[in-house]
Amino acid sequence: MAAPRIIVVGGGLAGLAAVIKIAEAGGSVDLFSIVPVKRSHSVCAQGGINAAKNLKGEGDTTDKHFDDTIYGGDFLANQTPVKAMCEAAPGIIDLLDRMGVPFNRTPEGLLDFRRFGGTLYNRTAFAGATTGQQLLYALDEQVRRHESEGKVKKYEGWEFLSAVIDSKGVARGITALDLRTMELRGFPADAIILATGGIGAIFGKSTNSVVCTGSAQSAVYQQGVDYANGELIQVHPTAIPGEDKLRLMSESARGEGGRIWVPRTPGDKRTVKSIPEAERFYFLEEWYPKYGNLVPRDIATRAIHKVVYEEGLGIDGQPMVYLDLSHIDRATLDRKLGGILDIYEKFVGDDPHEVPMKIFPGMHYTMGGLWVDFDQMTNVPGIFAAGECEYQYHGANRLGANSLVSCIFGGFVAGPNAVSYAKNLRALDGDGGHAKELARQGEINANLMKSDGKENPFKLWRELGEVMTKQATVIRYNKGLEEADKKIVELLDRYKNINLADRSQWANTSFAFARQLYNMLELARVVVQGAILRDESRGAHYKPDFPERNDELFLKTTKASFTDSGPRFQYEAVDTQYIRPRPRRYDAVK
Amino acid sequence: MANKIVQFEIKRQASPDAPAVWESFEIEWRPGMNVTSALMEIAANPVTADRKPTTPVTYDSNCLEEICGSCAMRINGKARMACSALIDNLEQPIRIEPLSKFPLVRDLQVDRSVLFENLKAVKAWIPIDGTYDLGSGPRVLPQQQEINYPLSNCISCTCCMEVCPQFNEETGFVGAATIAQVKLFNNHPTGKVLAAERLRALAGDGGIQECGFAQNCVEVCPKRIPLTNAISDVGRDVLVQKAKDFLGS
Repeated sequence: MAAPRIIVVGGGLAGLAAVIKIAEAGGSVDLFSIVPVKRSHSVCAQGGINAAKNLKGEGDTTDKHFDDTIYGGDFLANQTPVKAMCEAAPGIIDLLDRMGVPFNRTPEGLLDFRRFGGTLYNRTAFAGATTGQQLLYALDEQVRRHESEGKVKKYEGWEFLSAVIDSKGVARGITALDLRTMELRGFPADAIILATGGIGAIFGKSTNSVVCTGSAQSAVYQQGVDYANGELIQVHPTAIPGEDKLRLMSESARGEGGRIWVPRTPGDKRTVKSIPEAERFYFLEEWYPKYGNLVPRDIATRAIHKVVYEEGLGIDGQPMVYLDLSHIDRATLDRKLGGILDIYEKFVGDDPHEVPMKIFPGMHYTMGGLWVDFDQMTNVPGIFAAGECEYQYHGANRLGANSLVSCIFGGFVAGPNAVSYAKNLRALDGDGGHAKELARQGEINANLMKSDGKENPFKLWRELGEVMTKQATVIRYNKGLEEADKKIVELLDRYKNINLADRSQWANTSFAFARQLYNMLELARVVVQGAILRDESRGAHYKPDFPERNDELFLKTTKASFTDSGPRFQYEAVDTQYIRPRPRRYDAVK
Repeated sequence: MANKIVQFEIKRQASPDAPAVWESFEIEWRPGMNVTSALMEIAANPVTADRKPTTPVTYDSNCLEEICGSCAMRINGKARMACSALIDNLEQPIRIEPLSKFPLVRDLQVDRSVLFENLKAVKAWIPIDGTYDLGSGPRVLPQQQEINYPLSNCISCTCCMEVCPQFNEETGFVGAATIAQVKLFNNHPTGKVLAAERLRALAGDGGIQECGFAQNCVEVCPKRIPLTNAISDVGRDVLVQKAKDFLGS
């Protein structure tokens, strides 16, 4: 039998991890990515990657990592895969180290570790403050090696449009668009793995990269793949507000001793450095003495909101608080945080070695995603998913530095499982549905290309982002969420009257964006309606009208499936076989 | 009070064969604005300064925080990343053009795949035995990590190649970015095993001897990678390798 042919969509950490495992297993891989894979969003991860290697003599264990992750996620994650991930994490760090990732070192030449949010252990390996970049490059280099040996073929500059699903409901390949020639083409495969990242663009401005639209997830959701826990969106407490995006300021800044504060006096006019210690309100340290500045992200984000909007203590009355590193010596900052301090200085103009940074929360991470089983396969046979685009590892709130490990682990699980699935795949009937799917996509493209209405797709997108950020991020009310859903329906209607401004058949970015926008709108409804239905507060999902966690009703995975009239919801029990759910409190030792 | 306006002149080219034209744009100023946010604004309102409808500008961008390496272009004549080009620091009208040393795709988008091909040619990877569990990696002293880490920060933006007088079709020069990667991988305890092959790949035409020491690369690098140091270190190693190969043959 011929080697299994697998398509991987997405060239971030999860996608590349899957590619490497498939190539090693003797499979042949077609790798699709909108951008050259080395430019994928994983490069933006800064602070580090978690693994309980216990190299600091603290008695850390993978069980403690497992417990911190489950507790941090407010018990919404299925425990079996999370346990497996935490157990695999130390081996993954070793592998990355062998691949040449320039991790920071101790004087003895061993891996150095630092603390991150939601744990009391130094569990985070790091390469300066550009860990994601370094990890992605290491995997990119290994994939380039496999590519030069002919095991991997890259399709960079191609955008995934849809899965090809045969008459028995089995995936048989994909359709994709060449973003240069605008050619639509079908690609057969025995299995496909989506590793297409988060959905930040649905919120307009976020810490995510431009390609993180969720378009691929939404496309397969509309083709019958279930979408789980869509309402669970992480807002990172420390981002630099910007015109085009919100730039992340890593949690590692606090891991290395950064402190969050505001002046105790509203609108204090003194220069920041002249405000005496006693007149600074270190609210996280006061409210959460045990974890201090390293409470999980949902807790820190809500605390900042409270200080700014309820207590009116934002800097100069603006929605901003200080993140202060200026008490730490320059050499240490440069060695451990250099990359992110450069970003701040370049984009804001102030030197964070000298003055505190001004930050505010920003949409950051998609905990929900495509529903997958413990083998990383969705409910459509042959469609696998790994990385941020699936829902499995973070429950209702992701801990800092767990994303990189979940991406690589997910890819390492998905790759070999896709190969063994493909080896047992029934022979193809006819063309496996390719002609039909190509015709469907061709029709969508042709209609879009001739659309000459009044609505600019980029403007519609801004309206979507504004309503999503306002109603579906830090604090949620059912009334606001219902308004948001109504707005999305309105935007879907106005989408029919779209105007492309560009009809050319060459590198037409408006066309590609308009296709993404439609998918963003469909997926936004999953986020908003899922949030309406979850009448409780859990992790990042916070409703003042339902301030408590309600395990009786909502210790359940939300599963949305697509219908022509919007998402339909079902709920699935959560696997809690190892750790019994208990109240989640960070103002006391857990 | 009238809103402040920012003026742009953008070089447009619909396809590789189409003629290049300049278009002017006027965009409302906002605090903290950068070149990418201006390009987004044009996409939402694709009208030139003289009120003519046009198409949104095609350009590469992704992370918008100068770490993915996508949005390199020439801004007021200088090769740099558009995301970290803050409007307030630029003279107006702000002139934006594509990089000139790479095949043009459309508008500000060019094809920089040559760099990835070069990285293949020098085997810019660590040849690990496999991804199965083989225990921890080699010990690396912090002093060594502090040399390697900056080299590993290269974002493949190709600015160093754009500004290099020797990087052209005639020489086929690989450029500074690739040479710095050779230093990085040859420095690594495991990566060393391919050191001779990497040096030989830089020994022939288009290799390291094409460098004319203009030093433009190190000045333009947005990540401040010590490129000229890398070129001189690798240049020495290439010569030593040549001598070894000569004596050994």
